[in-house]
Amino acid sequence: MNPIDMTELARRAAEEGILDVAYATVDAPFGRMLVAATPQGLVRTAFDKERTDDVLSELSDRISPRVLEAPARLDGVRRELDEYFEGRRTEFSTPIDWRLSRGFLLRAREACATIPYGQVRTYKELATAAGSPEAVRAAGNAMAKNPIPIVVPCHRVLRTGGALGGYGGGLECKRWLLDLESGHLRL
Amino acid sequence: MRLPPFQTLIDRHGREVHRYLAACVGPIDADDCWQDTMLAALRAYPGLRDDRNLRGWLLRIAARKVLDSHRATRRRPVPVADVPERGADSPPPPDPALWRAVRRLPEKQRAAVTLRFAADLDYAAIGDVIDCSEAAARQNVRAGLAGVRREWVR
Repeated sequence: MNPIDMTELARRAAEEGILDVAYATVDAPFGRMLVAATPQGLVRTAFDKERTDDVLSELSDRISPRVLEAPARLDGVRRELDEYFEGRRTEFSTPIDWRLSRGFLLRAREACATIPYGQVRTYKELATAAGSPEAVRAAGNAMAKNPIPIVVPCHRVLRTGGALGGYGGGLECKRWLLDLESGHLRL
Repeated sequence: MRLPPFQTLIDRHGREVHRYLAACVGPIDADDCWQDTMLAALRAYPGLRDDRNLRGWLLRIAARKVLDSHRATRRRPVPVADVPERGADSPPPPDPALWRAVRRLPEKQRAAVTLRFAADLDYAAIGDVIDCSEAAARQNVRAGLAGVRREWVR
């Protein structure tokens, strides 16, 4: 038996209101993902390519060093992600904490979050939806550094003409997600 | 100042703190003491101004919880039941009877001996935890060992 009971510690910390950032890992079809939430909502998702230590340090610096591994606090979003990856869910109902985004980046990501499942937009269209039609490059940047990929569906934003553009999880992953949503994937 | 995520402290020092607590309060109370220690640490963590010795900081909080635990159990008879079965992750102190003798030492000596032999701290770090000089920490360990030896030969 492991003498260290993290579940109990996380439960008491949350009860006392001192669990500022809870995180857990999720098995995605293309590798492991890290998910992190504050009491306000989902604040960060990260692909395997980002080192866990780096992501946790970033959360510690930018939000609070009270960071604990606490899967139970993320049950809702973990279940929704599982369903999404199995093709059984087309939108997420988990609340989002937007605190890692501000200014135009925030507006672009909020606009991205309204793109429906199975549809795509261009960076140009996204910039327009975010209120700055000229800011195409900035819109691309907002997607490239999206702190909540999958749930804020930056994979649904493509170059004009249909080229994939970039993706933090890798282009393979972006293609997989678009295939999933277009129903071309045999699950 | 950039503090590491609290989970990192638990991953790095959690077991060591538990070992120290098991030596101080016995394996049965150690789990509760560990929870209280980590919760107190988490509460205070964002206000911490010095990140040079996080291990010592955790052990100092643990030492305070040991004091609390001893105060709470002072009027209770010392439990002498068998040590419960434990996994390989946190071996109990090698000789329970010996550690019971340690637990009967005066507070500072007990803390010093356990920190030296259960948490493997050097004398400067022990002084840091129990709030005395390096020389006084060494003296407390020496006096504690003498006390245990006296009890042990009886």
